Amino acid sequence: MSVLTIKDVTKLFPGGTKAVDSFSLEVADGELVCLLGPSGSGKSTLLRMVGGFETPTSGLIAIDGEDITRTPPEKRPTGMVFQSHALWTHMDVAKNLAFGLKLRRLPADEIKRRVEAVLELVGLGGYGSRRVTQLSGGQQQRVALARSLVLEPKILLLDEPFASLDQHLRERLREEVRDIQQRVGITTLFVTHGQDEALSMADRIVVMRDGRTEQIDRPDVVYRNPQTPFVAGFIGTMNLIEGTVSNGQFTRAGFSHRLAIGDGPATLAVRPEALDIVPAEPGAGKVHRVTDYGTHGLVDFDLPDGKRLKAMVNQPGQFQHGQGVNLMPRAVAAYRDDVQVFRSAP
Amino acid sequence: MSTTAVKIRAPIDWTGIVFAVVLTLVIVAPLLVVGTWAFTNVWRFPSVIPQEFGLKFWYQTLARADVWSSITMSLTLATTVTVLSAVICLPAAYAFARLDFPGRDILFFSFLAGHAFPKFGLLVAIAGIFLQLNLIGTFWGVVLIQLVGTLLFMIWIPVAAFQSVDRKMEEAARDVGASPFRVFWSITLPQAGPTIAAAILLSFVGTFYETEGAWLIGAPQVRTLPVLMISFINNQPVIQYGAVLSVLLWVPSFIALLFARRVVNSGSFAKGFGA
Repeated sequence: MSVLTIKDVTKLFPGGTKAVDSFSLEVADGELVCLLGPSGSGKSTLLRMVGGFETPTSGLIAIDGEDITRTPPEKRPTGMVFQSHALWTHMDVAKNLAFGLKLRRLPADEIKRRVEAVLELVGLGGYGSRRVTQLSGGQQQRVALARSLVLEPKILLLDEPFASLDQHLRERLREEVRDIQQRVGITTLFVTHGQDEALSMADRIVVMRDGRTEQIDRPDVVYRNPQTPFVAGFIGTMNLIEGTVSNGQFTRAGFSHRLAIGDGPATLAVRPEALDIVPAEPGAGKVHRVTDYGTHGLVDFDLPDGKRLKAMVNQPGQFQHGQGVNLMPRAVAAYRDDVQVFRSAP
Repeated sequence: MSTTAVKIRAPIDWTGIVFAVVLTLVIVAPLLVVGTWAFTNVWRFPSVIPQEFGLKFWYQTLARADVWSSITMSLTLATTVTVLSAVICLPAAYAFARLDFPGRDILFFSFLAGHAFPKFGLLVAIAGIFLQLNLIGTFWGVVLIQLVGTLLFMIWIPVAAFQSVDRKMEEAARDVGASPFRVFWSITLPQAGPTIAAAILLSFVGTFYETEGAWLIGAPQVRTLPVLMISFINNQPVIQYGAVLSVLLWVPSFIALLFARRVVNSGSFAKGFGA
């Protein structure tokens, strides 16, 4: 039963750059929250502050209401899984897992029991006497997870734990980690720059940019209703069309769309799956490339000024390079000054 | 068919073979001569091989009290110097590797500077200071002078070893509840262990064979085995005494090298130097 509270946390690096800028977040008990953002967005710094490896310049971090802002890492009820797994290569698997328990002066048979139990939990039963270096990348990452879980921390911190693994393994491990997290019911903060990871694992996603929050929402909401053009462009594939609105009409290089907002510059956001195209001569755009994925096709086409857009189509066979197309967005959102100003009914 | 097989075979590397033979001759021939002399009772010109082999001079050498006392002295000195050096240098090396403090780089390079001087000139200057401090001819005077000689190995190699330890490993240990000291003891030190062991071994062997400092500061009261060997070679008309002592001196370094080889081969030694 643990709640993580981050309140108005700011971290200044030497030189004055704000790595994290008045960031606030409350992670509910048993919830998995993903910090998602490009590198340099401050997400790792934030996680390290929760783990105790960095000290906030100002602000408060609390677990279950207890202020831990300046508590050293060894006294915090947090468990961190590092990107490079950081297993101690001079110890075998069981010793890696037992180290923290020994520091807590638990009796030997209790340590043995808990180490075996946690190895079962991560699917590595019987691997206790293996050398760390004999394990595959995925197994090492599971040991790293087990090393944190065996201490039953109140908050689990994951710092891009799958970044060094290949695509296939990554997908399998994130399912496993999500399963384990839900079974144990542990409150988790997860840092990633991979949107797939965030969308498939998180209860809530925090999209970060330049140390600030862009949006905090459920994954489906972040995907369907991005609040800023940054989030729209960062999550999933999105056509972002910069243009101007006058008299309720958005225009950009021969393309126009009815948009009921005031006059001025605006950015129109359309998902490829919400953008219908039909062959037309001369058409508003010219097909550049057609990719057939079997279940569907993706058509890359250019507006007259060279702006490249993507549309998902059911029958890619009817399009070919150089062909003219007209486009008809089914659902759009519009942004002005980084704020959503319009969203068509879902 | 057979001609193609001959063509595929790598050409014989004559240059390499010549180098290997010459090197072997230069290194092994003197060793062989010394080894032969040590086990020779009679060897008169112009015979190519000794007239009489035997252990006569081993009995004579090992019967001497000064040989035994110098062996004890050498071992005591080398152990004392190495232990002191480790106690002083390892924490210093860790500080150099992980902490940032003013003057860090200048201090670090000053250890190298001591080795950039002609060593004997430096020793004579130090001897002058020791004379005023009444350290000439004392055990601790020799310890001090030999300690200076180990600084390079015991600072530079461990610094590189500590730097190559993954910081995330140390952080992970803090994360599971280890205090900073516990992290150093249980994680950093074992991780840097093999390389540091090599550094300790090198200081021990280096100290054991150190001659100029021990002679200049210690003689005649403090007599190490190499110092004794020099006086044997200078004062005795019998070659065998020197040869027997050489073989005796060769034993500890050979054992040390056998240990060091495991470390050097494992690559951690090269890693210590940043390779």
